[in-house]
Amino acid sequence: MDFPEELKYTEDHEWVLPEGDLVSIGISDFAQDQLGDVVFVELPEVGDKIEVGKPFGVVESVKAVSDIYSPLAGEIVEVNSDLPDSPESINTSPYRNGWMIRIKPDDMTKLDGLMDASAYQAFIEQE
Amino acid sequence: MSAIGSKGLILNEKLIFERSTAGRCGYDLPQLDVPSVEPDEKLLRDEIEGFPELSEVDVVRHYTRLSTWNYGVDSGFYPLGSCTMKYNPKINEVVARLPGFAHLHPATPDHLSQGALQLMYDLQQALCEISGFPALTLQPSAGAQGEFAGMLMIHAWHQAQGNKRHKVLIPDTAHGTNPATAALCGYDVVPIASDGVLSVEAVAAAMDDSVAALMITNPNTLGLFEPNIREICELVHSRGGLVYCDGANLHALLGICRPGDLGIDVMHFNLHKTFATPHGGGGPGAGPVGVCAALEPFLPVPVIMKEEDGYRLVTDRPLSIGQLRTYASQFGILVRAYAYLLSMGPQGLKRATELAVLNANYIRARLEGSYHLPYKQRSLHEVIFSDADLPNDCHTLDVAKRLLDYGFHPPTIYFPLVVQGALMIEPTETESKQELDEFCDALIAIAEEAKSSPHLLHEAPVNARTRRLDETLAARKPRLRWEKG
Repeated sequence: MDFPEELKYTEDHEWVLPEGDLVSIGISDFAQDQLGDVVFVELPEVGDKIEVGKPFGVVESVKAVSDIYSPLAGEIVEVNSDLPDSPESINTSPYRNGWMIRIKPDDMTKLDGLMDASAYQAFIEQE
Repeated sequence: MSAIGSKGLILNEKLIFERSTAGRCGYDLPQLDVPSVEPDEKLLRDEIEGFPELSEVDVVRHYTRLSTWNYGVDSGFYPLGSCTMKYNPKINEVVARLPGFAHLHPATPDHLSQGALQLMYDLQQALCEISGFPALTLQPSAGAQGEFAGMLMIHAWHQAQGNKRHKVLIPDTAHGTNPATAALCGYDVVPIASDGVLSVEAVAAAMDDSVAALMITNPNTLGLFEPNIREICELVHSRGGLVYCDGANLHALLGICRPGDLGIDVMHFNLHKTFATPHGGGGPGAGPVGVCAALEPFLPVPVIMKEEDGYRLVTDRPLSIGQLRTYASQFGILVRAYAYLLSMGPQGLKRATELAVLNANYIRARLEGSYHLPYKQRSLHEVIFSDADLPNDCHTLDVAKRLLDYGFHPPTIYFPLVVQGALMIEPTETESKQELDEFCDALIAIAEEAKSSPHLLHEAPVNARTRRLDETLAARKPRLRWEKG
């Protein structure tokens, strides 16, 4: 399983990639592995406001339907519009083609509260 | 292996479109006995693409063959946890077919349907006595609509008090419909983590003056009784909230404890689970709702009243949340539930509960050691194992598919979500010890196969009519209608 060093991670298994004053968000390799084959993705719309800990989207696999929680508060500036037609990207490429949303966070410093790759790995081993 | 699972004359069947023969017809139109009309050209079409043309016997055989693929509790053991597939005694069907009940038009005035109204009133009183609630409605058409009615009453009560509360607390061991119900009523859902059972502290931490209600399932969806329920109800009440109980698992408590006595304010019943009415492919169902005295004015209309000269449906109730469906209720289902209640009697219902719990715990005792048991607490009517201890890349889905080869319908899998790879087994009171033993023998044999010959699990089912289907492809690229090849 792969956990890139440049990403931050949450206890709900989302990853966050800082890109200037924006961040990209998706779900981790561990999350996609636990979900199994993803068959459906529902994403918010550009311009929507999202809040910390509130669901911003839905991922459905053959096993279950799961909410995806927002690790940061902010405004959606872009969504991965390829994803609804190719939900398998979440399984095959969770950190690249499987990205979900790009947001402009209200407070960039909140990123510091998230886990780095090694802390996240330790967290999932405990789970 | 169970003899039920052996391969015999399994009837294969094409789609009805593929059985079509051009020009064949199973019906003659009667002679025209009204003036003929020439319809507008635009309304006519010569051919419907792929329209099936069959004789009567073709159609009868088609659907009869398809019906042989059905599996139900009348065909065999059906251990779906959380779904409670118990046997529906045939006496209930006999009673529901009595002409006085079966042919009664729902619009019949009260004074000509006194017998039906009395049955509804008596059923209502019996459910009140069983559950400990002073008032009850029989109106909701299913458990989910019962939940909806219950939460609407909670909302109406808060509104009448002038409260503006917008949150509902729901533990992770509640039934999956609970968050949907709260959301449908406009509430924000706040999930609460539990450790198998809900602690008073976890509720206390989340319970503030923006919380309208706690929705709790008891026994919860792990099959565990909530031991702190009294203290939790007191806490929620002391902070101005109400407690909704999902009563879908009431059959684990009949004659043992009454939710109304525990401090719960609203609870729905699932007549198909607790009182042995049919599950019916999506309906008809019935989900009565019991309420505490403070919520009685908000019950949906019509309310059945017993008066000196008989029974009456009353609709003039200013605080009522209104009417949830056409007419008073899903009457045929109520007749079946009432027949079940009378034929069982108080002692019989208590005995059914005891046997349902005993059967689940027998399965638990026999399978512990072969499968991982994630929650060690004493469980009631259902038991949950997981695939955590299975070797050689064998998972819950493989076990479920292999059970088909042994001639058993698999249990509920991958639910509840709080258990990774869950196998959720609910035998109900219906099954004999022999049946339970055959089922447990099969599951133990499968756990052994996982160690010695895991390919048997990965390739399963081999005895079923169709082999393992590609669920992923079906979900990603669904073919929703037949197209001419």
